[in-house]
Amino acid sequence: MYPFEYHRPGSLEEARTLFHQADDGIYLAGGQTLIPTMKQRLAAPSDVVDLAGVPGLTGLALAGGTLRVGALSRHAEVAAHPEVRRALPVLAHLASCIGDPQVRNRGTLGGSVANSDPAADYPAALVALGATVHTDSRSIAAEDYFKDLFETALEPGEIITRIDFPTPARAAYRKFPHPASRYAVVGVLVAEFDGGVRVGITGAGPCAFRGTALEEALGDGLDPAALDGVEVPDAGFNSDLFASAEYRAHLVKVMARRAVQDLLEQAR
Amino acid sequence: MAEAVAGSGIGASVRRKEDLRFITGRGRYTDDISVPGQAYAVFLRSPHARARIVSIDTAEAAAVPGVLAVLTGREMAADGLGDLPCGWLVKQSDGSDMVSAPHPPLAHDVVNYVGEPYGLVVAEDLATAWRAAELVVTEFEERPAVVDPALAMESEAIHDDVARNLAYQWVLGDQAATEAALASAAHVTRLDLVNNRLIPNAMEPRAALGIHDAGTGEHVLYTTSQNPHLERLVLSAFVRLAPEHKLRVVAPDVGGGFGSKIPVYAEETAVLWAARRVGRPVKWKAERSESFLADAHGRDHVTHAELGLDEDGRFVALKVHTTANLGAYLSLFGSSVPTYLYGTLMAGQYKTPNIFVQVHGVYTNTAPVDAYRGAGRPEATYVVERIVETAARELGRDPAELRRLNLIRPEDFPYETPVALVYDTGNYEASLDAALALIDYGGFPERKAAAARRGKRRGIGFACYIEACGLAPSKLAIQLGAGVGLYESGEIRVNPTGNVTVFTGSHSHGQGHETTFAQVVAERFGIGIDDVEVVHGDTGRVEFGLGTYGSRSLAVGGSALVRAADKVVEKGRRIAAHMLEADVTDVEFADGRFIVRDSNQSLSFGEVAFAAYVPANYPDDLEPGLSEKAFYDPENFTFPAGTHIAEVEVDEETGAVELVDFVAVDDFGQVINPMIVHGQVHGGVAQGVGQALLERGLYDEFGQLQTGSYMDYCIPRADDLPDFRVDTTVTPCTHNPLGVKGCGEAGAIGAPAAVMNAVTDALGVADLPMPATAEKVWRALRG
Repeated sequence: MYPFEYHRPGSLEEARTLFHQADDGIYLAGGQTLIPTMKQRLAAPSDVVDLAGVPGLTGLALAGGTLRVGALSRHAEVAAHPEVRRALPVLAHLASCIGDPQVRNRGTLGGSVANSDPAADYPAALVALGATVHTDSRSIAAEDYFKDLFETALEPGEIITRIDFPTPARAAYRKFPHPASRYAVVGVLVAEFDGGVRVGITGAGPCAFRGTALEEALGDGLDPAALDGVEVPDAGFNSDLFASAEYRAHLVKVMARRAVQDLLEQAR
Repeated sequence: MAEAVAGSGIGASVRRKEDLRFITGRGRYTDDISVPGQAYAVFLRSPHARARIVSIDTAEAAAVPGVLAVLTGREMAADGLGDLPCGWLVKQSDGSDMVSAPHPPLAHDVVNYVGEPYGLVVAEDLATAWRAAELVVTEFEERPAVVDPALAMESEAIHDDVARNLAYQWVLGDQAATEAALASAAHVTRLDLVNNRLIPNAMEPRAALGIHDAGTGEHVLYTTSQNPHLERLVLSAFVRLAPEHKLRVVAPDVGGGFGSKIPVYAEETAVLWAARRVGRPVKWKAERSESFLADAHGRDHVTHAELGLDEDGRFVALKVHTTANLGAYLSLFGSSVPTYLYGTLMAGQYKTPNIFVQVHGVYTNTAPVDAYRGAGRPEATYVVERIVETAARELGRDPAELRRLNLIRPEDFPYETPVALVYDTGNYEASLDAALALIDYGGFPERKAAAARRGKRRGIGFACYIEACGLAPSKLAIQLGAGVGLYESGEIRVNPTGNVTVFTGSHSHGQGHETTFAQVVAERFGIGIDDVEVVHGDTGRVEFGLGTYGSRSLAVGGSALVRAADKVVEKGRRIAAHMLEADVTDVEFADGRFIVRDSNQSLSFGEVAFAAYVPANYPDDLEPGLSEKAFYDPENFTFPAGTHIAEVEVDEETGAVELVDFVAVDDFGQVINPMIVHGQVHGGVAQGVGQALLERGLYDEFGQLQTGSYMDYCIPRADDLPDFRVDTTVTPCTHNPLGVKGCGEAGAIGAPAAVMNAVTDALGVADLPMPATAEKVWRALRG
């Protein structure tokens, strides 16, 4: 790890100021990606601006069918929170699948979404549920938020404050974890809203995306068998030591089908 | 079956004495030790798999405030330090010596694997050292590299004097008889196997703290070693770093080794050398990424094997051709692992009359390969047990029954194999039957059918392994090329108050010696285990030792302690006889008391100890004091053996393999502490399962390590594993006083073959290269 200046601001305003004053500043949320990257000397920020002391970034609340989750909510907190488990159980389940207990106890929703790792779990939920990313300056629809590999709509210095998740009638998340990293090789979240079915996919491509072909196939009555004929092209999919693009495309269908099966087992 | 014993003596599952300090953060590891004036080292490492060092510009780095020195291999060579030796000379099939390429601790002319150290920066603090290390400008001239052992012999020679990159061609057994038996066999099963490269991953990374006292000339090296006396010997006799009497090597608490802390490495050598050059103590601790690159790796074999069977299914011949990747240099015992610890085990548990093994040990541009838990024996077991299983499938025979037909039977012992070993004892059928009962073999078809209804393919696989442990009879080992004897020392100091300090040349880095050895000594003296302190890992306190590897500690080190304890009792009897005015032949020692036979006269162990140090009423012809030592040199190897059975379920859609059941029935001879033995089996099986399903040390064609972090290199976690069901059968070792055989490696030896036999059974394929990761299995399922 290279030397750096550590800051712990007490307000969003102060955080932004510190960030913009720094040569190469970075925000610290849970640190589950940032700290290991710094320890490996792959990141060398001049200033680390810790958001832990900024008020207003925590807390979970249900408001009119929308679950509002503070950006600094830790994965373990989301997984165990009674309100989440009641109103949006799929999000609690998804959070319980992230990493390992140590990661879940430190990692945060906002940190994960800001980092936009292609294999992170949360982005599947944002895309599938049509979430809104609130920042210190604006609101961004999930589908406009994820741009590319580790690339989001966030401007430099912009801070995610909260994410609002619409609550579907039913939803299920299936993940095929990488055995080593426990990131999603492929994760598929299928959500049934009154207006239709939405499918969010993570792990397969450079960033999370909606599985529109899968959505169309499921449009007529949520039949898992309807997915069998869907073509999932692997063009642009991730390929690594553990899984080829072709295998990932196959897993998208398998995980989607299993998610639908899980979903059908739930009461509406 | 071993019976649980109450109390704290032999056979009791005593809780480990050392665990309180380990689990409460009070362990004292190398990096926990700091001394005044200590500086910090960061190593310069090759980014290339093979290159010539054209120039090294250290000026900018040396100018960084806080930098004490930037040292390179050229300075080390100029200081006259010797090469890191290979401690086992393997003879080639033509009788010539193996070709050992020079292995300077710090490279000075060429680098031959990514991560090879060629210099170090010493600074007041670690951050400065890192910053300065990045300012060293090294010009490399890259050369073509080879990483695949199968290609090594056709590739450009890595070392000037090693033609075809061939360190040795080694053979064992009767080639002509084996070929003839194969030619006339009723059936021949052929199998090509790859034994995947593994990276050891001890929980504590390697570390070293070098201290030089310019006043006394004493050198002290704290380091993560499994064998500190061997380290001292190598650094004195071969590297010529310091004379042996001026060098103390301390391996304090060490957090796991698995073989990777046997070799003497560049880093600890350089740290001690740098301490003397700089005039300051110098500390280094590996970052995990350095551990991946520069710890000795394990396995990495490519093998073709042929097993001949007669009409009844009896094995008539086994032929094995293996190419073993030794890495860029011969590590300390790297040469012996794929030869004497591999080829000699090819008989397995079977009466195969003709066996021939040929091994090509080759250099590649990869990290040196040395012992990793099991060291040669997992590789041998993998060959034998995979091909036996395959033969059973080809012949439509029950794999358990085909094995049973070929087992060496209890009446056959001592059994001399065609590959140079004499098994002293065993009852392989007992372990096989116990394991079959434990797994409920008869119920497997129903379990398989039930799994199929859930979309899972269930498979079952066996491994009836044998290992040669208790390394080793010194004369035999030296005759076979070992550079050292493989006896062990033990010393018992009975203190005046009757408690006992035990010194052993074995080293505990997780095995639990402080408990097990205390149980052995406490039982002998009839005292509590809390009255026994076990000291190990310090050449300044322990007279000598060969350390811990090859499941040798209890069989060899424990036996030395038994011998020393016998001497203590013998002297105690003479003291007691004098004090009780009895004839020494009438004095017996039992349950902690010296008793005059057929009388009510006795003295406690403590009373006699006190008298030895306060010799008021004491024999005139006896020296005061009660301290004895012994060196124990084993007569033979020990031969733990057992049956492991794995059941897996394969997800038809994803190819994911789940290990759903694993039973291990092992014969370790007498068991001192069943809990510790079970723990050793659990850990070993976990590592074996890791090899079969998860782990792979992979270099790309350019020699860059692709699996250099835990993001890609997958070691097993608790949720990858079922509850293991383990049991033991007991045939006591015939030639050591405790009747013990050793248990540390068995799990890692049996598990890979058992798991892969189960995976290939589930898939209906002859072979699948380890690890059986999901996509590989998915592709196999698609045919």
